[in-house]
Amino acid sequence: MFESVLITIATAATPLLIAAIGELVVERSGVLNLGVEGMMVMGAVTGFGVAITTGSPWLGVFAAILVGAAFALLFGFLTLTLVTNQVATGLALTLLGLGVSGMIGEAFIGLPGVKMSPWVIPVLSDIPLVGRFLFAQAPLFYISILLVIGVSYFLFSTRAGLTLRSVGDNHDSAHALGIRVIAVRYAAVMFGGACAGLAGAYLSLVYTPQWIENMTAGRGWIALALVVFASWRPWRVLAGAYLFGAVSIGQLHAQVIGVSVPSQLLSALPYVATIVVLVLISRNRRLTMVNTPACLGRPFVPAR
Amino acid sequence: MRLELIKRPQHSVLFSAISPLIALVLTMIAGAIMFSVLGKNPLDALYYYFIDPLRETWSLHELAIKAAPLILIAVGLSVCFLSNNWNIGAEGQFIAGAIAGSILPVVFPDFQNWLVLPLMLIMGMAGGAAYAAVPAFLKARFNTNEILTSLMLVYVAELFLDWIVRGPWRDPGGMNFPETRDFHSFAILPELMPAAGRANWGIVFAIIAALVLWFVLGKTRKGFEIRVLGQSPRAGRFAGFSASRMVMVAFLISGALAGLAGISEVAGAIGQLQPSISPGYGFTAIIVAFLGRLNPLGIVAAGFVLALSYLGGEAAQISLGLSDKAARAFQGMLLFFVLGCDTLIHYRIRLVGRAPQVREAAEHV
Repeated sequence: MFESVLITIATAATPLLIAAIGELVVERSGVLNLGVEGMMVMGAVTGFGVAITTGSPWLGVFAAILVGAAFALLFGFLTLTLVTNQVATGLALTLLGLGVSGMIGEAFIGLPGVKMSPWVIPVLSDIPLVGRFLFAQAPLFYISILLVIGVSYFLFSTRAGLTLRSVGDNHDSAHALGIRVIAVRYAAVMFGGACAGLAGAYLSLVYTPQWIENMTAGRGWIALALVVFASWRPWRVLAGAYLFGAVSIGQLHAQVIGVSVPSQLLSALPYVATIVVLVLISRNRRLTMVNTPACLGRPFVPAR
Repeated sequence: MRLELIKRPQHSVLFSAISPLIALVLTMIAGAIMFSVLGKNPLDALYYYFIDPLRETWSLHELAIKAAPLILIAVGLSVCFLSNNWNIGAEGQFIAGAIAGSILPVVFPDFQNWLVLPLMLIMGMAGGAAYAAVPAFLKARFNTNEILTSLMLVYVAELFLDWIVRGPWRDPGGMNFPETRDFHSFAILPELMPAAGRANWGIVFAIIAALVLWFVLGKTRKGFEIRVLGQSPRAGRFAGFSASRMVMVAFLISGALAGLAGISEVAGAIGQLQPSISPGYGFTAIIVAFLGRLNPLGIVAAGFVLALSYLGGEAAQISLGLSDKAARAFQGMLLFFVLGCDTLIHYRIRLVGRAPQVREAAEHV
C-alpha cells in the first residue's frame, strides 16, 4: 500500500519536476518564460501523435523534445532578438500552444495511446518498501532524477554553469567580460523548452496514454510556481514536485474513498495549495531577494 | 547575417499607429499558410473568417455579442498592464462576476421587479472585483507573484462554477441537466433591436467603459499616475505615488469590468448559468488589449477584430469543415505578431552581414 502510493505520487510529480527543472535553468539565465504550459501541451500532442503513428513511444518522446525546443526558439527570437516584453510573449506562447495543440489533436481524440513500458531493474527492484518505487518506473522517471543531478552539477560545479548564472545575475557585467549574453540565453531557453516538451510527452505517453484537449491542466503554471517555491535550487524543485504530487494524489484518493466534500472542490486543491505555498515563500522578502536572479525578466540590448 | 536593433531617439509615431495593422496582415499570411497545410483553399478560408460574418445584419449582432465581453475585459486589463500589474486571471473574475450576479434570479426567483437587473449588474461587478482583490492583496501585502496567483484562481473559479450548477443551484425542474433555472424576464439584459438581431446592452456597457477609461487614462492625474508607476516605479515613488495602492486600484477596476462582462454574458446571450459560460474570453482579451496597444479606443477596434475571429471560426467550420480550434491558433499567432511588430516602435531593425566584411567595404570607400 505504502509503496503503491509512493509510485502514484511519482507519476504525478515527474512531469512537474521535468518542466520545472527546465524553467529553473531558463530563469537562472535571467529569462522568464511563462510559456511552459504552451510548450508542454505541444509536447503532449506531438508525443502522442508520433507514438501512435510510428508505434514507438521513444520516437514520440524525441519529437516532443524537438517541438518544445522549437517553440522555445520562437519565444527566444521575440524576447531576445526583438526584445519584446517577456511576460506578454510567454502568455502568447501559452495561448498559441493551447490553440495549435487543440487543432492538431482533434484527430487524436478517443484513440488508444501507446504506453511507455517501465524499466524494471532486476534485484534492486526487489528491495522491500522502496524497491519498486525507485527501480521499476517508466524511463522518464529516471531521466527526471538524472536531470536534477545534472542541472545541479552544471549550475554550481562547472564553469559554463557559472557563466549562465552570471548572465542571469548581471547581464551588463557579463557582457563587459566578453560573455555572449544573448547566445547563453538562447541556449537556456531552448533547454527549458526541450524539458517542457519532454514533460508533456510524459503526460500523454505515461501518465494517461491518450490525448485530451488542454490535458496539461495548468501543470505548466504549477511548474513555474515550483521554481519560485524552490527559490531557484534544483534539489528543492525535486522536493516541491513530490510535495505537489502528494497533494494531487491525496485529493484523488479522497475522491475515490468518497469523502463528503464535492469532487470539484477537491480538484481545486492543488491550485489552492500553489497559492498558499507562493504566499508562504514570498512573504519572506529576504529569502526571495537573495535567491531571485537579479536580471530575471529584464531585457538586454547590448550597448554599441 | 543577423538582426541588429538600433534604438530610435524617439518612439516612432508612424509605427505606433500601423504596427497592429502590419501584425494583422502578417497573421493573415501565416493563417493562409496554415490553411493550405490543412488542405483548404487559403482564400476561401480567409473569406469565411473575415468577410462572410460581416455580410448579414443578424451576424453583425452576433459580432457585437462576442465583442462586448472582450472589450469590457480588455479595457480593464489595459489599466493593469499599463501600471505593470499582470492580471491574467480575468477568466476567473468573469466567472466570479457571473456567479455573484446570478444569486438573485437563481436563489430568489420570486423577487421579480425592475430593480433586479441593476442589482445583478452591481453584484456582478462586486463579485469580479472581490475575486481580483485576492491576487492584488497577496501582491501588495506579501509580494506574491500576481501572474501565478491570478491564473491559479481561474482553475478554482471554473471548478466552483462546475460544482454549483451541478449541485446546489441545479434547476429542480431541469431533468437533471447541469444548469440553473432560466432567468426570469426581469433578469434578462434587454436586446437593443430585437427585430434585427440578438445584440444586447452589453456592447453599450463596453463602449461606455472604453470611453470612460480613455478619458481617465489620457486626461486625468490618476491616469498619469498609472503610467508613471508602470514605466518607472522609482520615479513614481519619488512623486509620492503608492505602488501597493495602485496594485489594488488596477486589479479592482479590471476585476469589476470582467465581472460585469460575466454577468452581462449570462443575463444576455445565455440566460442561465451553465458549467461553461466562456469560450476563453478572459484570455483572448489579453490579445485584444495588446492589439489595441493598451489604448481603450484601440481596444474597441481590436475587440471587434477578435470577435470576428470567433465568428469566422464557426463560419469556416460550417462551410469548410475546418476545425473551430483553428480560431484559437489564429488568435495566438496574432498576439505573437503584435508583440513582434511593436519592436518597430522603439527600434530600427537592420540586417547586418558579418562584421569583417562591413569593415572591408568601408575601407574601399
